[in-house]
Order: sequence, then C-alpha cells, then structure tokens
Amino acid sequence: MRPRTRARLLPLAVALALVVAAGCGSDEPSSSGTAAPQGFTPPEVPMLQSLGAGEGKVNLVAWAGYVEDGSTDKSVDWVTPFEKETGCQVNSKVAATSDEMVQLMKSGQYDAVSASGDASLRLIAGGDVAPVNTDLVKNYADVFDALKLKPWNSVNGKAYGIPHGRGANLLMWRTDVVKPAPDSWGVVFDPSSPYKGKVTAYDSPIYIADAALYLKSAKPELGITNPYELDDKQFQASVDLLKQQASLVGEYWGDYSKAAQAIKSGSTVLGTSWQYIVNLAEADKAPVGSTLPKEGSTGWSDTWMVSSKAANPNCAYMWMNHIISPKANAQVAEWFGEAPANRKSCQETSDKQFCATYHAEDESYFDKVAYWTTPIKQCGDDRGSVCKDYSEWTTAWTEIKG
Amino acid sequence: MSAQGALRPLTRALWRRPRLKLALLLSAPVGWLVVAYLGSLAVLLASAFWSTDSFTGTIVRQPTTDNFTALLRGEVYRAITLRTVGLAAAVTVVDVVLGFPVAFFMAKVARRRWRPLLLAAVLTPLWASYLVKAFAWRVMVGSGGVLDWALEPLGLHGPGFGLTAVWLVLSYLWLPYMVLPIFAGLDRLPDSLLEASSDLGAHALRTFRSVVLPLALPAVVAGSIFTFSLTLGDFVAVNIVGGKTQMIGNVIYANVGAANNLPFAAALACVPVVIMVVYLLAARRAGALERL
Repeated sequence: MRPRTRARLLPLAVALALVVAAGCGSDEPSSSGTAAPQGFTPPEVPMLQSLGAGEGKVNLVAWAGYVEDGSTDKSVDWVTPFEKETGCQVNSKVAATSDEMVQLMKSGQYDAVSASGDASLRLIAGGDVAPVNTDLVKNYADVFDALKLKPWNSVNGKAYGIPHGRGANLLMWRTDVVKPAPDSWGVVFDPSSPYKGKVTAYDSPIYIADAALYLKSAKPELGITNPYELDDKQFQASVDLLKQQASLVGEYWGDYSKAAQAIKSGSTVLGTSWQYIVNLAEADKAPVGSTLPKEGSTGWSDTWMVSSKAANPNCAYMWMNHIISPKANAQVAEWFGEAPANRKSCQETSDKQFCATYHAEDESYFDKVAYWTTPIKQCGDDRGSVCKDYSEWTTAWTEIKG
Repeated sequence: MSAQGALRPLTRALWRRPRLKLALLLSAPVGWLVVAYLGSLAVLLASAFWSTDSFTGTIVRQPTTDNFTALLRGEVYRAITLRTVGLAAAVTVVDVVLGFPVAFFMAKVARRRWRPLLLAAVLTPLWASYLVKAFAWRVMVGSGGVLDWALEPLGLHGPGFGLTAVWLVLSYLWLPYMVLPIFAGLDRLPDSLLEASSDLGAHALRTFRSVVLPLALPAVVAGSIFTFSLTLGDFVAVNIVGGKTQMIGNVIYANVGAANNLPFAAALACVPVVIMVVYLLAARRAGALERL
C-alpha cells in the first residue's frame, strides 16, 4: 500500500498568547492577541540573493508521498534523477500533521518543508522560514497565477514559498448502499439519516469548517462568509451541527489507510474523503462514488518553504525548482492525487485526462474550495477580533467527540 | 603484562573499598532513574504550567494554572477520565476472570513438565507486534468481519467500532500480563495448604475462598497494576478499533500532535499519573508490591 498519511490537521495552538507581531501594535494584554495575517510584520529574515553550488545534501520535511525515491514503489521516483543531476543527497522526514511540520521546522535541522495553508503562516510569523527569491526558481514562471502570492504563501506581496499543488476534500459514498447518489453535504448531517452509525468524518478540529461551509448555504441567516472566520453565533451553530452529527458517525478518520479500509469493508458508507482514498478503494474494486458537493468543499494548497536556519539553502532551492518542474510535479500530483501547480505538468502526466479530472486549470472549480487556513481572532472583515481562534476550535472538537 | 594483570590493582582497590564498588555499580541505573525518569516527570509537571502562543505555536514560559482550570472545568474531560478509568477497571475484571483459571490450571493442575509449554503458549501473543494484533481485531470486529459472521446465526451482529471493541481488544492484549503474576503467586502457594484444607473438610469452593484467594490476592493486584495502567495509557488500540471513542491517551495525543499544545497535554498527562499513584498506594495496602 502506498503510504501517504496526510493527516491534515491544523496546527494550532492554544492557550494564552503573546502578541506575535511586535509591529502590529494591537496590544491586547491577556487574550489571544494574534495578529491578522494581513496585519502582522514577520521577523526580518534575509532572502537568498544568488544561487551557489549545491552543498551535497538537503533535509526535507514533507507529507508522505511528496518525496519518493522509488523505495515505496519502484516506478515512483523523482528523487533519484534530482540527486544525479544536482549531487544533492535527499534526506526526507515524513510529517503526519501540519503541527508536526511546524515543530520539526522549529528544530532548525531541516532545509525545506511542504507546508499546507494552516502551517505556512505560523512558520512565517514564527520566523522559521525565509522569504523565497522566486527569481532563483526557474520553473516558478510556469506556476498557475492563481496560486502565486496568495495569503497563505506570501506576506505583503513578498513570496515565502513555491506552490506545490492543491486539492479538495470530497464526499464519498458506497454506491451499493447509498441511493440516490448524494450531491450535497446535507446527507452527512441529516439527523434522520438511514446510514446512522456508518457515517465517517475527518478527525481534526479543522472539520468544523466543513460544517460551517454547509451552514453557509443551508442557513444563510447565519451570514457565514468564510468557514474559517466564525464568530460566536456561527461557531456555535457549526459545533451544534457536529454534535448532532456525532450520533450518526461510526468513526472519525485521521489516517487515510484506515479510511480506505473502512469504506472497502463497508464499515462506513458515507462521509468526507480525499481523492487518494477514493482511488485506493476503486483499485480494490469497491463500489464507491465521490463528488464535490454543490455547497463546495474545504481543501488544501501546499507550499514548499525554505527554513530561515537552512544549512543547505542552495540544495533546498534546487529541490524546489525540481519538485515543480513539469515532469516531477506531474509525477507527484498523480501519485498523491491532487492538481499540479505547474501548468506544463498537464502535458507530462501519464493519464492524459489527469488535469481535467483534477480540475488543474479550472479556477471556477477551485473557487468552490475553501483552502485550509488557521482560524484566528481577527475575522478579516469589519466584525473585528470576535472570531474563534484555533485553540477554541480544538477545545470544541474534543467536546464534539465527547 | 597481560590485560588481566593490568586490571589487578584496580580490582584490589575496589575490593578494599566496597562502598566505591557499590557506588560505581549503582551510579548508572540510579542516574538513569533520576535523570530520565524522575527528571522527565518533573519537566512534565513544570510544563503543565506553561502555555502556547495560539498563532506561532511557540511555548510561553510564564506560569499559569489555566490548563488545570480548563481541565477541571471542562465537563468533557471529566467524562473522558471516567470513561478511561471505567474501561481500565472493566479490562482488569475481564483479565482476572479469564486469567485466574488459566493461571490456576498452569500452577496447580497441569503436570510439571507441561508448564514451560503452557507458559510459552501464554507468552506467544507477545511475540506478534501490538499493531498487527490491533489491526487484526479491526478487521474482525468491523462490518462483515469474523464476529459478524459468527454471531449471525444467533441473530446478532458484531460490536462494530466503539467502546465494546476497545474493551475486547485491550482485554485480549493485556491478558498475559495478568496470567503471569497470578501464576507466579499460585506457584508459591504450597500444595500442602490445599490438602490441609480438604483434610479439614472444606469443599473446593470453600478452599478457594478461604485459602487460595487470600493468598493469591496480592498476585492478582500485581497483575491488575499492569492491566489497569496499560489500559489507562493506551491510545493506539482505541484509535484503531475505538471508532469515535476518546480516552485520556487520545486527547493527550491530539494535544501533542494536532493541537500542538504541549502544556495542556502535560496537564492532561498528570491525570493518569495521579490515578496510578492512588492505585499503587491502594495496591501497597493490599500487600501486592511486596510480592511482585
């Protein structure tokens, strides 16, 4: 089995907070005084100005399946060509969650990381990653514009990373049990569901956003605009919905292999999933269907970032250039089951329909995807600092599961 | 001069100073105990009074009792603690009920030459990886698994993923840890006592109640320390077959990993420590620790 544990748990943090951004001026004494992403000034970290010779090795922190050297599957190897070409020996450490990534990067022992949107800003704010000189990454020019200089990979127009790929969380079901085929997240929240005890949901506080996303269209009177920016009333409604859903849920999954096994055996018949799990189940001839429901969905957009303490910055830059090169980016996207970041990758995939299947160039599809990001106090609109931060999401998640 | 000859003065010096010899002998294990064990417990306790920055995830080293306040105020944590302690007790009861007859058979009924074989049989489950066994149980208790199949003729179905499955799996996993201490305890119980009891006219049941049980109780308590503490800290089996069940271990794990809130995890980790201290004190009163 292909190991690709990608528990996309949002890191989070709890408790009392320091005012992170010294320069932001909002000195809230005791409450969680985190700075708004747009409002904080990241620590001054120098950017690499010119590319030198490779240091002979590079240490990476990555999602499982992002750095494959043929040891998982002989035909899946984009590390060996890189090593031959650049002389940079690749050492990769697989992290299971965004939080683990943040912790590993804080150790300063790694050169680069494939961070999701929930980890990237925290790394920037913590001074753990350096701005990226995109002029030194040749293939950056071919990256979809829709992925460049986004709130999760840049601050004030300064790039902090190289986009890797993106995808959406899907609604998955057993076609032999669930009829008719659902097209709305409503089926996983329906209190009178005939699938009681066989529903599955993602085991992370960030799943609260999935409930909020559903309420956005199901209960417009709540006025939810962004599922990661929830004020008291909206948050409470989402949590209540999930508490009610808990009676339907047979199992929460955090490990993709567990989710795939459960849907194959029929222990679960309906719930949130990734394309990769659907592929695994289909490979074993399990009757599963999947869709991006009409309400849209949550999803991820990943970014390669360079450590501010990188011992091998040149090799790290070469790696970033390699992983978004048309061929390698196509390989990793197909292996992982996500849309590539490089537009030229679409000609390199072994399945010529791949980019169409994964909507790589379909911005209207990704408009329906709310990328994971870390919820913070500042709502990002005129409501001010009344939104629930991730520590409150985590506490609520423990309560939802009971 | 041979190597042995070179060491001779040293040997002599140590022989003359037995205290030095003792100190050299004990310094490594005691150092290990103090630094790695008590030290980490102290760090755990200290970090429970810290907090984390909610955005960058860095640890804020300013003493605060907020973690403990949240722990005591949160109804959910009380429920989880009670559930965990209840499960640990239930697993212990099952293991005593299953383990005692097995141990009694091994120690008192089976022929002596069969003993090594029986001991090996009890230990074989420990040869397989914990994870392999837990995943095997996942398949068995899951929908369409062996349990479903076996219970179908009776009009029943398997437990599915949940608390019952965790109870089953943990009882299975920790059974050898209960059988071995009870076996050791019963082995030390002289057969002559059983004979004397029967000579005095006691029935088997009476002998068991008045002779075997009181003498074997410390061994049972010793075994229960294993099953109870192992269940109290388990989160892997819970994760694999527990469905949506949360135990203390899972919440600690979630706070270390997902929540990146080490201080709160440390505060939570104090809960099983306190429970175990209470349990061990109770076990000491029962005389179990002297007979381990």
